[in-house]
Amino acid sequence: MLADERSAPSDTAPLVELQGITVTFPGVKALDEVDFRLLPGEVHALLGENGAGKSTLIKALTGVHATDAGEIRLAGVPVSFHGPAQAQDAGISTVYQEVNLCTNLSVAENILLGREPRRFGAIDGRAMRARAAELLSRIGLHIDPGSALGSHPIAVQQLVAIARAVAVDARVLILDEPTSSLDAGEVAELFRIVRVLRDEGVAILFVSHFLDQVYEIADRLTVLRNGKVVGEYATAKVGRLELVRAMIGRDLTVLDEVERRSERRVPSEEPLLRAENLGRAGSIAPFDLELHPGEVVGVAGLLGSGRTELARLLFGADRADSGHVYFDGKILKLRGPRSAIAHGIAFTSEDRKAEGLVADLTVRDNLILAMQAARGWARQVPRRTADELVAKYVEALDIRPADADAVVGTLSGGNQQKVLLARWLVTRPKLLILDEPTRGIDVGAKAQIQKVVADLAAEGMAVVFISAELEEVVRVSDRVVVLRDRRKIAEVSGTEVTVDDVVALIAGEAEKVPS
Amino acid sequence: MTAPPLVAPPREKTRVPLTSRVPSRFLPVIATFVVFVLTFGAGSIRYEGFATGQVVANLFIDNAFLIVVAVGMTFVILTGGIDLSVGSVVALSTMIAAATLRAGWPAWLVILAVLATGALLGLGMGVMVHRFGVQPFIATLAGMFLARGLCFVISVESVSIKDGTFRDIALASIELPGEVAITYGVVIALIVVAVAAYVLHLTRFGRTVYAVGGSESSATLMGLRTGRVKVGVYVISGFCSALGGLLFSFYMLSGYSLHAVGLELDAIAAVVVGGTLLAGGVGYVVGSVVGVLVLGTVQTLISFEGTLSSWWTKIVIGVLLLAFIALQRLIVRRQPVK
Repeated sequence: MLADERSAPSDTAPLVELQGITVTFPGVKALDEVDFRLLPGEVHALLGENGAGKSTLIKALTGVHATDAGEIRLAGVPVSFHGPAQAQDAGISTVYQEVNLCTNLSVAENILLGREPRRFGAIDGRAMRARAAELLSRIGLHIDPGSALGSHPIAVQQLVAIARAVAVDARVLILDEPTSSLDAGEVAELFRIVRVLRDEGVAILFVSHFLDQVYEIADRLTVLRNGKVVGEYATAKVGRLELVRAMIGRDLTVLDEVERRSERRVPSEEPLLRAENLGRAGSIAPFDLELHPGEVVGVAGLLGSGRTELARLLFGADRADSGHVYFDGKILKLRGPRSAIAHGIAFTSEDRKAEGLVADLTVRDNLILAMQAARGWARQVPRRTADELVAKYVEALDIRPADADAVVGTLSGGNQQKVLLARWLVTRPKLLILDEPTRGIDVGAKAQIQKVVADLAAEGMAVVFISAELEEVVRVSDRVVVLRDRRKIAEVSGTEVTVDDVVALIAGEAEKVPS
Repeated sequence: MTAPPLVAPPREKTRVPLTSRVPSRFLPVIATFVVFVLTFGAGSIRYEGFATGQVVANLFIDNAFLIVVAVGMTFVILTGGIDLSVGSVVALSTMIAAATLRAGWPAWLVILAVLATGALLGLGMGVMVHRFGVQPFIATLAGMFLARGLCFVISVESVSIKDGTFRDIALASIELPGEVAITYGVVIALIVVAVAAYVLHLTRFGRTVYAVGGSESSATLMGLRTGRVKVGVYVISGFCSALGGLLFSFYMLSGYSLHAVGLELDAIAAVVVGGTLLAGGVGYVVGSVVGVLVLGTVQTLISFEGTLSSWWTKIVIGVLLLAFIALQRLIVRRQPVK
C-alpha cells in the first residue's frame, strides 16, 4: 500500500473508516474483511471488476445491507445504519447510476422532497423554489427549479441528483457510476462540480469503469477484487497497466487478443443487408448502409446522435418511413422484431434490464427464450438440448457463476450481458446488432465480449457494434459509421482509422460540441 | 444532446414562459374542462331551461357521493394503484347506516361507525398491497367481494332510513343567491375536495403520493416514507368511500345490498377523464371533479333528450374514456423527446 502526499497527509483523520467489514450472501462472501478509509476533501475512486464488491461496499456503508462482521466509523464514532434514510441523516448521500428521482415532479421538489420548507404545517412552495435555486447555483446549474424534472436531459437530472445529495449538508457523497450515460461535455461539467464540493471538504467516493475519468478526478483509489481489498493507491503514483492488473488479477492477454484485428476483410461478397435511404422522421435522417457477412461495422457518435435509432430501424423495432432494406438480395419488409428474428437478425438492447433479459428467470430460461420463440410455442426445446446449449455458452462466454439455475437478476452486469448475448447466439443469427454491449461492465468482461464479437465475425456473422467508447468501436470494427445529430455523416474503414479521426469527424464543423 | 443547456445563462424568473409549462401538466385537466363546457353548451343550445343555475347545482347534488369517492380513487391512482372496492364499500356503508339506525343507534355514532369501517377496510387492503406485495387489483377485488358479501349478511332486503337526523340532513337545502339550492351533501363533497387538494399539494404526505407514483424505488431511495403512503392512500380511499356511502344514504334514504353496483368503474372513469394517469404520478383532484361533472352532464343531456335510453350514457362515457386515454398517450409520448 502506498502513502499519498497530495491529499492524505498522515495526520488527516479519516471521515469514514471501514474495518474488517464482511458481508455474506447465500453462498458467497461479497465482502471479506474489507478495510477502507475515506478522507475529508478527497475524491476516492473505488475500482474493481463486476462482482468485486463495489456495490456491496456502498450498500454496506449506507445501511442497505447489514454487515456480518466489522465496524463502520463516521468521524471516529461507530455507526450502524438501517437504510439509506438514516445514512442520509448522518450526512452520507448517494447518487446512483440510474437517476433515482421522480421525473413527474419539479426540479425543486426532487431536490427537497422529504425536507421541504414548511410554513404553518403546509409546504411553502416559494421558499422551496428559492432554496432549490440556491442549491442549484451552488453547483453552477442554472435551470428553473419550477420546471418538471422530466423535461431535462439525463445529464441535467444527474446533476439535480447531486444537488439533492448536497442539500443535506452531506459530508460524504457517494457517486455510483454517475458518468455512464453522460457525454464528454457533461462529464466535464460533473467533474467541475465534484471538484467544487471536494474543495469544500466533502469526502467523495467515486465509482467508475472509465479509467480515464478516474485518473482525471480521483486523488486516491482503492481496488477491490472478489470481495477483498487488493490495495489502496495514490492515483498519481500508479500506472494504468498496474491498475488494470490489480483489478482483473491477471495479465492483459485477453485484451491483447482483441488488439486491432490485423487482417481486415475486403467485402467482396454480396452484402448481407443493404439499406437504401432508410430513415424515420424525428428519429434518424435517411441513410444508406451495407453490411457484409464476416464484417464488424461500428457505429460511433455522441449520446443522442441516433446510434440506437439506427439499430432499431435495422431490427424493425421502429418502423421506417422512408427507404428499403434488402436482405440476402431480396427486399425485406420489417414489420417488427418477430419478422427480423425470423430472418436471422438479432438485436441486444442497450438497456439490458428493461428490454433484454427477464431478470426473474434463470440463466437457462433466458437462454432458451429466443430459441423457443423461433421454434414456435408448440415445439418445446428438449431439456437435454437446453442443458447442452447452456453448458456450451456458459463455458464459451465464461458466464459466472457457471450455474444454469442461477437467477439472472442476481448476476453482475457483465455476466447479464453475456447471457443476453448467448441468448441470441443460440438462434444462430446472420446479423447481430449489439447496442452498447459493454456498457457498465468491467474491463475483463469487456475484453471477453469484444473477443466474442471478433470470433463471431470470423465465423461469418455480420455484426453491428454500437458503443459510446470510441476506442472500443475503432478496435473492434472493420468499418465505422459515424453519426452526428441523427444523421449519418461518414463511413471510414481500414486499419489506419484512429480514434482521433473519428473524434474529428464527430466534432466536424459543429463547434458547439465540446468533446 | 450537447452541453449548452448545462451552462445556459441564468434565466430570470419572470421570463419563464408560463405557456410552455402549462400544456404538459394541465392540458388534460383543461381538455376535460373544455369538454365539460362544450357538452354543457350543447345542452343549453338544444334544450330550454338547461343552462340554469339549478341544473348545475343538480349536477353536484346528484353526484356529490361520486365526487367524494372519486377523490379517494384519485389518491390511489396517483400512487399507481387501483381501488375496485369503492362501490361495494359505498353499498356496505348505506347498509350499516340503515341497519344501525333501525336498531336505534344515535346518528353521530352511526356516522362514526360507518367511517371507521371504511377506513378499516382500506387499511386492510393497503396492508395487503404494501406488506404482502399483493397486486392492488387483486387486493381490492378481494375487498370488493368482501364488502358486497357483508351487505347481504346484514340484510338481503332494502332497509329504509327513517331516522330524524338523517332525514333532516337529507332533505335540508341551502339557498344560494339566484334561486339555486344545494344540499349538505354538496357542501361536504366540496370540503372533501378542498382538503384533498391541500393534502396532495401542500403536505409531505401528498408530495410523497406523487413521488411514489412517479417512481416508487426512487422515492424509497430518497428516504421517503413510501410504506406509510402506500397504505395511507387505501385508508383514504376507504374513508372516502364510506363518506360517499353516507352521502348516498342521504340521497337514497335507504340501505341496500345492490346500491352502487359498478360505481368503482364510474369513479375510475371520472378520474381518468379528469386527466390522472393510470400509471400514477400525474393528476389533480380538481380534474376528477370535472370528470364527474362531465359524466353527470352526459347523463343529464340524455335524460333531457327523453327518447334516448340510458345505456347511451355508457356509450358516450366509453367514447370519452377512449379519447382521453389517447390524449394522455400523446402527452406522455411527447414528453421524453426534448
